[in-house]
Amino acid sequence: MSIAATEKQRLADLAKELRLNIVDVMTYSGGAHIGGSLSIVEILIMLYFRCLNIRPQEPDWEDRDRLILSKGHAAAGLIPALAMRGYFPLEQLKTFNHFGSPFAMHPDSRKVIGCDASTGSLGHGLPMAVGLGLGARTLKKSFKTVCIMGDGECCEGSVWEAAMALAHFKLTNVITVVDRNRLMIDGGTEEVMALEPFAEKWRSFGFEVLEVNGHDLDQLADAFDRAWSAHDRPVLILANTVKGRGVDFMEGNVKWHYASADSSLAQKARESIGRQEGGI
Amino acid sequence: MAAVTGTTWTCYDSSTMTSREIYGRTLAELGKTNDRIVGLSADLAKTTAIVHFADAFPDRFFNFGIAEQNMFGAAAGLAKAGLIPFASTMAIFACLRGGEQIRTDICYQNLPVKIIATHAGISFGHAGTTHHCTEDLAVMRSFANMTVIAPADGIETSKAVRACLDIEGPVYIRIGRGFEPPCYENENYDFIPGKAVEMHAGTDLTIICCGIAVLQSVQAAKTLLEQDGLSVRVLNMHTIKPIDKEAVLKAVQDTRRILTIEEHNVVGGLGDAVGSVIAESGKGCVFRKHGIQDEFSLIGYAEDLYAHYGLDANGIISHVRRMMGMEFEADENWEDD
Ligand SMILES: Cc1ncc(C[n+]2csc(CCOP(=O)(O)OP(=O)(O)O)c2C)c(N)n1
Repeated sequence: MSIAATEKQRLADLAKELRLNIVDVMTYSGGAHIGGSLSIVEILIMLYFRCLNIRPQEPDWEDRDRLILSKGHAAAGLIPALAMRGYFPLEQLKTFNHFGSPFAMHPDSRKVIGCDASTGSLGHGLPMAVGLGLGARTLKKSFKTVCIMGDGECCEGSVWEAAMALAHFKLTNVITVVDRNRLMIDGGTEEVMALEPFAEKWRSFGFEVLEVNGHDLDQLADAFDRAWSAHDRPVLILANTVKGRGVDFMEGNVKWHYASADSSLAQKARESIGRQEGGI
Repeated sequence: MAAVTGTTWTCYDSSTMTSREIYGRTLAELGKTNDRIVGLSADLAKTTAIVHFADAFPDRFFNFGIAEQNMFGAAAGLAKAGLIPFASTMAIFACLRGGEQIRTDICYQNLPVKIIATHAGISFGHAGTTHHCTEDLAVMRSFANMTVIAPADGIETSKAVRACLDIEGPVYIRIGRGFEPPCYENENYDFIPGKAVEMHAGTDLTIICCGIAVLQSVQAAKTLLEQDGLSVRVLNMHTIKPIDKEAVLKAVQDTRRILTIEEHNVVGGLGDAVGSVIAESGKGCVFRKHGIQDEFSLIGYAEDLYAHYGLDANGIISHVRRMMGMEFEADENWEDD
């Protein structure tokens, strides 16, 4: 099962637009976690523009689906996505990181409209998702909570405490996504602190693991559709991605975890995004 | 001259610029003569500059991935095995994520683990509140056996890192993001843990400060002398615990006006440590605590935030001027506002 060609084109265009906005944020802000923001672009677009049941005009609607960006350092990806979805004007991104701005390198749910959790300290998102899942069940509400984590983030013990609880409580209303870009800050995940056999770990914790190419819109749509209708075990979407995806000189290079850019470098990045297949 | 390079920038003259660079290099030096030193980080080896030690002694360096609790627990184990662990991560992840491991595994067992925590205070202001740390002095002070140090700049960081080898138990050293301007001109002064350093002489009021506030306070004192003829003493209270009671009491006696300045919540930090010494002495004086007034800081670049919260020289000057107009009550009448 795949998505219709026109729908796919729409999402691909949005992904390209988000990448360009991320590069803009990197220049406005003086520095951003560019690599890990670019790696989750398709995931964010798929969620905000296809899967999540949300009302940007009513951001606190209590039945909305929630998205917790547990890898909060990818705020440079999340915040422009929220702007594109209509929560606030794109123009406002120019204040990013500056004095008194609602937008910093990590998202603040009390300042950023549409942001469901303040994150940035890794390993906090999934436990909060457990609480939202239990809360929805207690209140007999049908909203889903999606939690996006980094793969390096999964070194934190709290991730596995939450994973255990999701399976124990059979919280199929929580959908866990890991951005498996295989890099953290000090190097590759396998070299700093090995995660493999990673999928097997999640399976042994009681998860149904859906492994996808995290840049492939068809595969993502499929996986999220399946996750949305899960009923016996919680689902983990293991999204294989490339850190820095879309900007050729950043792809797969750990140096671009966090970086700043002057206008010429930003221009180079934009040109590289422009050369990507599909889209605008 | 050592240059430091990031992805898109190069910083020359790092020797006088960045406290964390100096920390990493000092530790790498110490590693040459002390083979019991081991280094630990949690995916922040480069960010905290302990990478210099890691590069020099790859066999004595352990990266735990993003797992601070495990890192501090393992630090306790390494210390029990007879080693001297230096563990580095950002201040907030040390004092709160690793908090119980530090308290129970390290402090309770009084183990010689040295924690060098970077990005303390609001030095990483634009990262947002998850990465601010205005609580660490309060948390670390409350752990028995812990020595707590907040050096004024890179030179003092280097001295503190060396000095903590002579301290038997655990030590917590808090430094900033690494862009702090130098405060000392050279290494020619005595750094003794627990002994404040007088940075500027004065008899009208004493500023007791630590960390980045030291340089700003010295500048404020100079300006106040020139413009107002005020004689302001500045004490660099680099060791928050054990606090230098003698220096505090002498300042109370000599100046009768005490202002504390810290890049920290005014609850539980330097100001409270100084305040307890004063209160227990029974001496009266005008006393104000200046820092972050029990709130989560705004977002912004550190310099803008320092100005906003009055932690720069201008802010300190206004505080001193205001305090000069205040008198402490020597009488027993509590009603006569
Ligand atoms: C508890 C905690 N420890 C350390 C950090 C510092 N930090 C920020 S991003 C990062 C690496 C994240 O790696 P990963 O989860 O793989 O994210 P990605 O590579 O996708 O950016 C680290 C160590 C943090 N934010 N939180």
